Amino acid sequence: MLSIKNLKAGIDGKTILKGISLEVKAGEIHAIMGPNGSGKSTLAAVLAGREFVEVTEGTVTYFGKNLLEMSPEDRSKEGIFLGFQYPIEIPGVSMVNFMKAAVNEHRKHKGLDPLSASDFLRLMREKKELVEIDSKLANRSVNEGFSGGEKKKNEIFQMAMLEPKLSILDETDSGLDIDALRIVANGVNKLKRPDNSAIVITHYQRLLDYIVPDVVHVLYDGRIVKTAGKELAFELEEKGYDWIKKEVENQN
Amino acid sequence: MNGKSEVSEFYSGLYTDNIEKIEEDSSQFINSFRKDAFEKFSQLGVPTRKNESYKYTNLDLFFKHNYKSYFIPGESDFQKAEDFRCDVTDLDAHGVVLMNGFYPTINGKLRQLPGDITIGSLNEAAKRFPAMVEKHYGRYAKSNTDGLIHLNTAMASDGVFIHVPRGAVLRKPVQVVNLVDSKEDTFNQHRNLIIVEDNAEFTLIICDHTLSPQKFLTNAVTEIHIGENSHFDIIRVQNEHNNACKITHTFIYQEKNSYASSNNITLHGGLVRNSTFHYLSGEGAECNSSGLFLADKWQHIDNFVNVDHASPNCTSNQLFKGVLDEMSTGAFNGRIYVAPNAQGTLAYQKNNNILLTDDAKMDSKPQLEIFANDVKCSHGATVGQLDDNALFYLQSRGIDKRQARLMLMFGFAHEVIQNIKVEALRERMDNLVMQRLKGELSRCASCMVKCG
Repeated sequence: MLSIKNLKAGIDGKTILKGISLEVKAGEIHAIMGPNGSGKSTLAAVLAGREFVEVTEGTVTYFGKNLLEMSPEDRSKEGIFLGFQYPIEIPGVSMVNFMKAAVNEHRKHKGLDPLSASDFLRLMREKKELVEIDSKLANRSVNEGFSGGEKKKNEIFQMAMLEPKLSILDETDSGLDIDALRIVANGVNKLKRPDNSAIVITHYQRLLDYIVPDVVHVLYDGRIVKTAGKELAFELEEKGYDWIKKEVENQN
Repeated sequence: MNGKSEVSEFYSGLYTDNIEKIEEDSSQFINSFRKDAFEKFSQLGVPTRKNESYKYTNLDLFFKHNYKSYFIPGESDFQKAEDFRCDVTDLDAHGVVLMNGFYPTINGKLRQLPGDITIGSLNEAAKRFPAMVEKHYGRYAKSNTDGLIHLNTAMASDGVFIHVPRGAVLRKPVQVVNLVDSKEDTFNQHRNLIIVEDNAEFTLIICDHTLSPQKFLTNAVTEIHIGENSHFDIIRVQNEHNNACKITHTFIYQEKNSYASSNNITLHGGLVRNSTFHYLSGEGAECNSSGLFLADKWQHIDNFVNVDHASPNCTSNQLFKGVLDEMSTGAFNGRIYVAPNAQGTLAYQKNNNILLTDDAKMDSKPQLEIFANDVKCSHGATVGQLDDNALFYLQSRGIDKRQARLMLMFGFAHEVIQNIKVEALRERMDNLVMQRLKGELSRCASCMVKCG
């Protein structure tokens, strides 16, 4: 599904990703962990198509296509979803209009007619229940005045509406209390299908109690320095990142 | 002003040439203000950029012009007003159409609405209900230092008069459509007086339209008195062509525990200056003053707001926004004055602007003068581009960049539109704003003028 080869990228001339390679197959959940400043969010930004990140080397192939050449909106329509670490507040734009525009763009891309108003509202209702989001939130402006937890739930709600093939969840767990964390994780699990995949970026192992990864990668200083099964997450929780830092330094 | 400029001379000349004819048909009472007002105008003149409150607005573009006529109507001038139909068909309102500032004589000069509400010609009201008019006319506008207000008092002879008696509640709004139409370049002035007595509720919509492509200059003064515990909303929609200049001065005087809102939506116009003066005279009064403008080409839109907290425990909120495209320019002046005895004041001001090009320009000036100590005041102004993060957020959900930009601009504008409580008008405004942002002409179907 997704194949990243020797990806190097930076911001304002400063290299942040120093050669990342990663293969994600259909149905897999990959966790990317690592200390602050290791490049986790930069990787998410490259995959979603943020312009301020400059790719200097390497390739990213998504279903055989060069992902780096696609606009952010095309990536979305092709099934990539980024769950934002800091979802943006957009006053004056209602959740309903926002989602209607997004869903219909996706449908147009698939050659389908726009949803009728009643079908659209039914879909909204269904997905709201799935992610246990307060139905009043949908009548408000996008993320405006939402609590931290509501914003993250709203990301999962959008994910449910758009049914992506590859979800990239950037520190979705940060700033969540345990109840919100459980709801967010449940949402992700309910949306799981054999043909879709997820990259879960997280600082703590906590989220992985609920979303069980197939593979865990540790990102440090712009490189993936360790890849293993889910047991690696527990080891990190127990021992922190220092032993990995030491391992890397010893290799150098 | 030092001495009199050429521009001011021209308008003084208009007064001298026309005053006899103007006075002939005006009520004695309105005439009694003219001499003093003209003297004041002679001292103050037409404001220039040296005048602090016109620092960012050059009136010369429209005032330095030899207008062929100062409009004084004949009977035949009202046919178009009679024929005019607002195309917001689901707007259920009591309609009044003014032609070049005058109340159409062929419509009957005053009429009654449910609740003994009177609407009609100010000039006629001054003759028929002198006590009512005399209690309020000129009272709120007279001490202002803007020469144009005095020019209006010196020469205007008609406009809308509305009286809402104590306890009256009018569910349907009154819609006043100001049409300007002429075969030659014309200078118009009109004067409105709105009296809302205690415990009443009233909504007024004012729409400004141009019907013919000539160069127009309109200088309008509106005085509004809101009685105790009353609720009043005024919404002004401006949609004039690029060769038209509209100057409005609106005075809203509020008694105890009253509520007033003012919303100026400027969709189109060559040069627009809206001055809104809120005077919170009675304890517990609240006002919301808002405005939105969309400008392009060489348009210049200036909103000037003055909120006077003269009594304790009053609340005021200002929200003004502008979207500026191409070479357009805009200005916002927002003054909050809190008198020494006005403890417990809450006063907020927000001015946000989006510049779509490097050539567009916006000046924003807050002015807070606070003489009480138990006060909560805040103000904030922004001038910038669309938020890149918000744009990316929309794009990342599959919405293409062009549509994402439109959605953001629309959302930005909608924050002001959503304060309009009349649903049909709110929807229509959303619609016109969307068309305008898409670059389509947002004219009403009955407009004859291509504002391109």
